[in-house]
Amino acid sequence: MLGIVRQRVSSVPTLQRMLYASKSFSSAAKEMTVRDALNSALDEEMSADPKVFLMGEEVGDYQGAYKITKGLLEKYGPQRVLDTPITEAGFAGIGVGAAYYGLRPVVEFMTFNFSMQAIDHIINSAAKSNYMSAGQISVPIVFRGPNGAAAGVGAQHSQCYAAWYGSCPGLKVLTPYSSEDARGLLKAAIRDPDPVVFLENELLYGESFPVSAEALNSDFCLPIGKAKIEREGKDLTITAYSKMVGHALKAAEVLAKEGISAEVINLLSIRPLDRAAINASVRKTNRLVTVEEAFSQNGVGAEICASVVEESFEYLDAPVERIAGADVPMPYAANLERMAVPQVDDIVRAAKRTCFRSV
Amino acid sequence: MATAFTATNFVQTLSAVNTRSHDKPLFDPLKTTSSFLGSTRKLRLTNSAKLNQPNLHRRSAVVAVSDVVKEKKLKSTSNLLITKEEGLVIYEDMILGRAFEDMCAQMYYRGKMFGFVHLYNGQEAVSTGFIKLLKKEDCVVSTYRDHVHALSKGVPARQVMSELFGKTTGCCRGQGGSMHMFSKEHNLLGGFAFIGEGIPIATGAAFTSKYRREVLKEADCDHVTLAFFGDGTCNNGQFFECLNMAALWKLPIVFVVENNLWAIGMSHLRATSDPQIYKKGPAFGMPGIHVDGMDVLKVREVAKEAIERARRGEGPTLVECETYRFRGHSLADPDELRDPAEKARYAARDPITALKKYMIESKLASETELKAIEKKIEEVVEEAVEFGDESPVPARNQLLENVFADPKGFGIGPDGRYRCEDPKFTEGTAHV
Repeated sequence: MLGIVRQRVSSVPTLQRMLYASKSFSSAAKEMTVRDALNSALDEEMSADPKVFLMGEEVGDYQGAYKITKGLLEKYGPQRVLDTPITEAGFAGIGVGAAYYGLRPVVEFMTFNFSMQAIDHIINSAAKSNYMSAGQISVPIVFRGPNGAAAGVGAQHSQCYAAWYGSCPGLKVLTPYSSEDARGLLKAAIRDPDPVVFLENELLYGESFPVSAEALNSDFCLPIGKAKIEREGKDLTITAYSKMVGHALKAAEVLAKEGISAEVINLLSIRPLDRAAINASVRKTNRLVTVEEAFSQNGVGAEICASVVEESFEYLDAPVERIAGADVPMPYAANLERMAVPQVDDIVRAAKRTCFRSV
Repeated sequence: MATAFTATNFVQTLSAVNTRSHDKPLFDPLKTTSSFLGSTRKLRLTNSAKLNQPNLHRRSAVVAVSDVVKEKKLKSTSNLLITKEEGLVIYEDMILGRAFEDMCAQMYYRGKMFGFVHLYNGQEAVSTGFIKLLKKEDCVVSTYRDHVHALSKGVPARQVMSELFGKTTGCCRGQGGSMHMFSKEHNLLGGFAFIGEGIPIATGAAFTSKYRREVLKEADCDHVTLAFFGDGTCNNGQFFECLNMAALWKLPIVFVVENNLWAIGMSHLRATSDPQIYKKGPAFGMPGIHVDGMDVLKVREVAKEAIERARRGEGPTLVECETYRFRGHSLADPDELRDPAEKARYAARDPITALKKYMIESKLASETELKAIEKKIEEVVEEAVEFGDESPVPARNQLLENVFADPKGFGIGPDGRYRCEDPKFTEGTAHV
């Protein structure tokens, strides 16, 4: 709905009119797709700060491969919404150079799989410069795009990079789930003085979530490095990020029907990781299931386990369960693909295992 | 005066080059039977006749500006290429580069610095010839061979030396090291340790200058960026990606190839299908210039044009400086693959000796004046070593600093609160 309203008022820069207009349409809870959340965040930050510009493949004329940048070329012109050639290493590096020298680029990778071509610039040029230059050269850049398993696109296009980038000091790695997350975190990322890897999920772009009036405010920002308790519970803690938060919430509903109260933590930030929130929750529930779409080895779940073992070992009543993607390149066949990524049932089963056995 | 590659002169010089008898075999592989660029390696000419033919019909001309410069010099012997003051500045900078690097070798062998240390000896004409023409606001992006670029750009020798010693008074407090010199104050945007990595960074800085002028409406922002890299890099994809985008967007940048003929132990001729790198400029729609990188005055002449062209908003230029490094790739390189005869030939063309000769012969400076400069630089370098020696090593708490722009890192401000919670964090945002 907001999308339609948006088109009608496309010449008006702020969300004010959208909000106003949407109110006149309905008095029910406001909903927004993740796509519109990202689009509005980019729009607002571009209108607030002329140093913010977008670059990437198909972000301009084509309106974004996934339409995240829809309407922005028309509004801000080709100097601030740059269609680049298909040269990830080149344009990611150009973005980093522009950030060194005072601009605030938002670099879109059509998918994060393509960021492999530019990983040298993300890690060696962006993440390390502030340290190597002893604080002289900060790199306020956002690398964003869809990450993780899409559907039916095979091994090279279905991979989660949260743990890859999450292992690198100097980067901030954000993984929004809902529209509110996407808006709040992207706005924070653009304003942040450091390089941010912003991992979206293609399958969530079209999903609608309720958004609070506060989240529609152009001042709205979520703190980087803080997790969110999506659902409170007392029997076990489930940690998840990005699309898996949805799965975890569904699993929690199933468990509730069977009398198990699960607390679901939406990590939001992989680096810095909110160890305090995770440990506080585990100290309350005494049981932990970690969920991620990525491979388990050296993964986000592994890091969370280590943190809990280090800091809250004596609070654990059962071994930690780790749910992760199958340890294989993503298969193409639909049935195999489904088996390769965690499903709601997997989480439910793991939760029961951890609840019905003790150390 | 010198507009060697504005459009009109371009055509003229091109026709001049084409109609003249080819007394410069360097620029014409069709005719040359001698080795390329003075290397003792033989240029493989298989199919080159066919490959090179279309160049004659290209719209963008390939010109060796060194030829133009030489002609100009012959025509107007009375009109010297530099003033006395310029000559002294250039001489001092080159002497500083040489003396500094020689001192680095000594200090490395004494264990004062560590890791990979790549010295610039022999290539001084390129750094000095280009960087001394820049304004402070202009950017330089370098490679792992970056000490002398930093010095030419104005970073004090004591700060560079101290950085190499890993001391807290270094230009990056000992956190960067030999291959990663940065100075925000001097707009030195880093030395980059990987081949090709610096080129997109430089292109991004040039993009910023254009953005500031055209989008942020800073009308006086005419800053130029110089990207330095070697012959080995010119076979890397990022080089081609950025030539394309720089020309496409008409960015104020000069791509300076320091072609010292060797990528560690890989001869340029053995690594590159068409070794004449400057010809790749016209392929992307920008001028490609070849210049004798052992002659600082020729480099300067070409550099002046390229930098002014960028400053005028006319886009990028590719300049190939044919030079030679007098030492191995790094101080850890035994340097066994280069022919001693080749080394001797280039040693005889030492750019500093040549400049000295020129200055004395054209009465720009006396022997005494130049000696005084050498003496002064000797003291500067000695002082830099003392300064580095006496400086403290970084304190333990420095280890975890500067990972992020926030002093304490991880998005937490000095007051211990998350930056996002700071009311000022949202200042300047569009209000609802």
